[in-house]
Amino acid sequence: MRQFLYPNFSVQSDNLVEFSRVDFSYDRRPILQAVDMAFPRGKVIAIMGGSGTGKTTLLRLIGGQLKPARGEVLVDSVPVHTRSHAELYAMRRKMGMLFQFGALFTDLSVFDNVAFPLREHTRLPESMIRDLVLMKLHAVGLRGAQALKPAELSGGMARRVALARAIALDPMLVMYDEPFTGLDPISVGIIGNLIRRLNDVLGATSIVVTHDVQESMKIVDYVYFLSGGRVVAQGTPQQVVATSEPFVHQFVHGEADGPVPFHYGAPAYGEDLGIRG
Amino acid sequence: MLRALIGGIRLVGHLTINAVWRLGSATRFMGLVFVRSGLSFRRFQLTIDELQFAGVLSLIIIIVSGLFVGLVLGLQGYETLKRYGSAEAVGTLVALALVRELGPVVAALLFASRAGSAMTAELGIMKSTEQLSAMEIMAVDPFARVISPMFWGGFFSMPLLAAIFSVMGIFGGYLITVVIIGVDSGAFWSQMQSNVDFRGDIVNGVIKSIVFGAAVTSIALFEGYDAPPTAEGVSHAVTRTVVTSALAVLALDFVLTAFMFTGV
Repeated sequence: MRQFLYPNFSVQSDNLVEFSRVDFSYDRRPILQAVDMAFPRGKVIAIMGGSGTGKTTLLRLIGGQLKPARGEVLVDSVPVHTRSHAELYAMRRKMGMLFQFGALFTDLSVFDNVAFPLREHTRLPESMIRDLVLMKLHAVGLRGAQALKPAELSGGMARRVALARAIALDPMLVMYDEPFTGLDPISVGIIGNLIRRLNDVLGATSIVVTHDVQESMKIVDYVYFLSGGRVVAQGTPQQVVATSEPFVHQFVHGEADGPVPFHYGAPAYGEDLGIRG
Repeated sequence: MLRALIGGIRLVGHLTINAVWRLGSATRFMGLVFVRSGLSFRRFQLTIDELQFAGVLSLIIIIVSGLFVGLVLGLQGYETLKRYGSAEAVGTLVALALVRELGPVVAALLFASRAGSAMTAELGIMKSTEQLSAMEIMAVDPFARVISPMFWGGFFSMPLLAAIFSVMGIFGGYLITVVIIGVDSGAFWSQMQSNVDFRGDIVNGVIKSIVFGAAVTSIALFEGYDAPPTAEGVSHAVTRTVVTSALAVLALDFVLTAFMFTGV
């Protein structure tokens, strides 16, 4: 009955995004293998893992920019890769994504960058667009920077403008690709707080791909650990910090050697130097 | 010996497969540019912005080059024709050379190096800084919003630039031969008028410039879109745009000339 009343709003599942046995490879190099994940509505979930473990690939699979080789990615209970071009674009309208370096349009001002999705997808009068843009910029603390060009912003400010742009259409899902990389500690704290606060205010679901353990442990509800294209551990931040699982322990405590070896695969050291015995 | 032979065969095979692969992706790319062109015309302002970028900003180089090419043509033409006592025919020579060949070809070469390289660089940088990806995730199709308007901007500006180039060239020829050397003005213009055919010369020249515009713009956009997302990748793509466009324009010019002017 509820489904009948709200035909556009699925209530079958509490998970906004689900990965079920997903395989993915670039050329013939496997990136993800049999990945199962669930992202419940309203939560902030982190995906952690070393560089090159397929974290960003996960986000591209959710956005439908890549297709899984096997398995399926469900968004709002519908597999992403079976959607038509028009359906895919309709789904993306309900998503926002913060790219690693912001990906702001360099030829547009801060104001126009945030107004971009509004102007493309709505027919709102310019005065209303102005109000909405100022509200979004105010939420990230950059209302005063509206006339600047992206080249005039610091890394942290650019990331915040990109965040304002990502939430311009009040998305149901916000994805963050390495939101803390290359920022000073103050900016990291600001972005971290914004991720949590905006998620709760918008009633959205957030997926944060990161390797910043300290910051993300403060703001997320749940963590997935990815290594070698597989989910190797998962849990709440408290469980993760307390775990004895060797990979997670190495990762969380930043140890140089462990299950992830310090040395890239090589022949025996002595043999390489020509020393025998 | 055998190993070198196998290596050679393998290299040829590899290059062939690569070439076919790229040709395939370029065809698919252009297919998408056309299929997603609706927005370029529904929101014509997008195309006008690109016309400004590709066309208006190329005006200076086109005008100055056209003028100088006309000056040189006039001078050389006059020196040669004078020996045969037909210096008045210099108007015809200048006009035919420009309208049939130099206008479309030289304007296309300049267009490739001025606007084509800029299109490749812009698209390549948009790709490497994830601006195109960001657009896709915002449910804005980069083909419809950015690439198709760029194509149509280049497509429409090229014939106009070639026409301006020819006009400036003829003006240059007039300046050097009539104003400075003193060839009779009436003879200069009337010979030109009677010997330049609208259908045979001018229309064919315009057709050439349209073909060149489409070729250069397509090459520039594909190279930009296909560029590896690194500084080196984008710079190589820009170089390839200029080189490939120049070769394509010259080769197409030969083919078109063979069909249009020799009755082959």
